[in-house]
Amino acid sequence: MLRNSLILLVLLGFAAAIFPLLHSYEAKDALTGVAEHYANYGKEEVGAANLVSAVVVTYRGFDTLGEVTILFLASAVIGLFLKASETYTKDTRSVFFKSTEILVTASRLLVPMILLLGVYIFINGHLTPGGGFQGGAVIASAFALLLLSRPQKHFSHKVISVVESISGISFVFIGLLGVLLAGGFLDNHILAMGKFGTLLSAGAIPIIYILIGLKVGSELTGIVRNLKESQKEG
Amino acid sequence: MQLFSIEYISLVVGFLILLIGIWGILTRKNILKMVIGFSLFDTGTHIIIVALGYVKNKTAPILNQPDLQTDTAHKIVDPVPQALVLTAIVIGLGVTALMLVYAMKLHNEKKTLNIQNYKDLKW
Repeated sequence: MLRNSLILLVLLGFAAAIFPLLHSYEAKDALTGVAEHYANYGKEEVGAANLVSAVVVTYRGFDTLGEVTILFLASAVIGLFLKASETYTKDTRSVFFKSTEILVTASRLLVPMILLLGVYIFINGHLTPGGGFQGGAVIASAFALLLLSRPQKHFSHKVISVVESISGISFVFIGLLGVLLAGGFLDNHILAMGKFGTLLSAGAIPIIYILIGLKVGSELTGIVRNLKESQKEG
Repeated sequence: MQLFSIEYISLVVGFLILLIGIWGILTRKNILKMVIGFSLFDTGTHIIIVALGYVKNKTAPILNQPDLQTDTAHKIVDPVPQALVLTAIVIGLGVTALMLVYAMKLHNEKKTLNIQNYKDLKW
């Protein structure tokens, strides 16, 4: 009884904390402050048609670097916990059922298409809704499908970590090039700006998004792989 | 305050999902259901943040039309909350994966997911 009333009290506390926001909420009529600056000058300063990408990669690029670091940390801790490479031996039997013909055939057709979609999403991140994180997640979903359809298949841990490390280091390196060649850390003016709204525009943003896409894709694939490798009997 | 405008509906829905998430974290005994509660909490916060960035009758901050490229500030919604939520979704994904692995390790130790069987840190 005391427990339930305490829970009710916590819920009411949260509700009371957020209620003023809800009660006095009025949709804005125009942008204000920093958002107004991004909207008015984003086209000249960054050159990305997708303003969200401009904010994520350039105006607040440092946040994105931190975000990639947090994702790396999560996947590293998961790898540490599962210690897949140590527990794995050839003799242990997989707990996965043998996958059906339908799943195997469908995955053969679908995996290349899903990979292509993922690459499309992160290459066009500065033009259309999407970007490195979304594209990386789509790529990882293709590998998850591959693991489900062929549980006996083993992904090389080495390839995953090499792709991840190289893309992570290149991301920081491009950021440092921004300090040397342009206005500051992660400035995208190190490459030619190109014509606004075309694929080769917005300076370094497409390159950074390709690196983020590869990094996120390999990190999430690594998480799925570690989870799958730990599911062995004995 | 218009009660049935899109921004107000999404704000209320986000608010409700957030409360359901907190309720789930506090009352469920199964660790996996607590993780689901955390995910709902996360999602509710994201919906609230995006709803707060809405500007009345404006379009998405993607300047692919020529008429959007002049006087942009009066034609688009706020891109900053959307960028923040993009960051928050990725971090939420990492944290959720980490929690699920913790749950798996706990289950390997004691063969149960009921939180009441874990008393090692209880005082």
